[in-house]
Amino acid sequence: MPAPRVSIQAEDFNLADEIAALRKIDKRVGAVCSFVGTVRGANEGNNGPPVLSMELEHYPGMTEKSIEAMIDEAHRRFDIFGARVVHRIGLLQPADQIMMVAVTSAHRGESFKACEFLMDYLKTQAPFWKKEQTPQGAQWVDARATDDAALERWGIAAGNA
Amino acid sequence: MKVSVKYFASVREALGKGAETFDTSAPTLDALRDELIARGDAYAQALARGKSVRMAIDQVMSDGKAALTEGSEVAFFPPVTGG
Repeated sequence: MPAPRVSIQAEDFNLADEIAALRKIDKRVGAVCSFVGTVRGANEGNNGPPVLSMELEHYPGMTEKSIEAMIDEAHRRFDIFGARVVHRIGLLQPADQIMMVAVTSAHRGESFKACEFLMDYLKTQAPFWKKEQTPQGAQWVDARATDDAALERWGIAAGNA
Repeated sequence: MKVSVKYFASVREALGKGAETFDTSAPTLDALRDELIARGDAYAQALARGKSVRMAIDQVMSDGKAALTEGSEVAFFPPVTGG
């Protein structure tokens, strides 16, 4: 059975283990690019209210399906060998890892581009929602227009925020 | 036709439920949204036109013109914020 490309899980992940597994898939790999998103302890340039914790909700089924489609699209657009996305759900604490993307290619350029493409795509098209707990109460995180603009650079209309 | 409808995040909280199944004659997502808005109260507020609500049919992001079919799985939710 091929290694899974997408995992949605409550448990933490180990980036080094994930990369090691991804690199093993193809010995032509000469570049690995990865991104890890983590929980900020405060927003608005650290001037916002402290974030005490974060709850992540998702749409089981659609989440996996949408990210699989994004990886397929990354393979069509870039000369990459493999890609892996792990995204956590449930209750997270400041500084916790939220998610990771890792991509392999022969040379760095394609990995860098594909990694950023997958992040831009996921931010506005994968059905996850964050709710932050602050001293003033819980609030759903607002989608950002800058994330829509980031995806539009790749010629894809985001239509999210 | 019978459709199953799912709600997530702030929409789910506003409606106090995450899913329901019912019969509808709405041909499109927009028509189904209007039918739900017509129920009034929490539905009218959570799904109000002009409010940022995203929609999916059979787990694919879709716009309001997308057609419903028997057994469609429809979802209404706020803009996504993962990553």
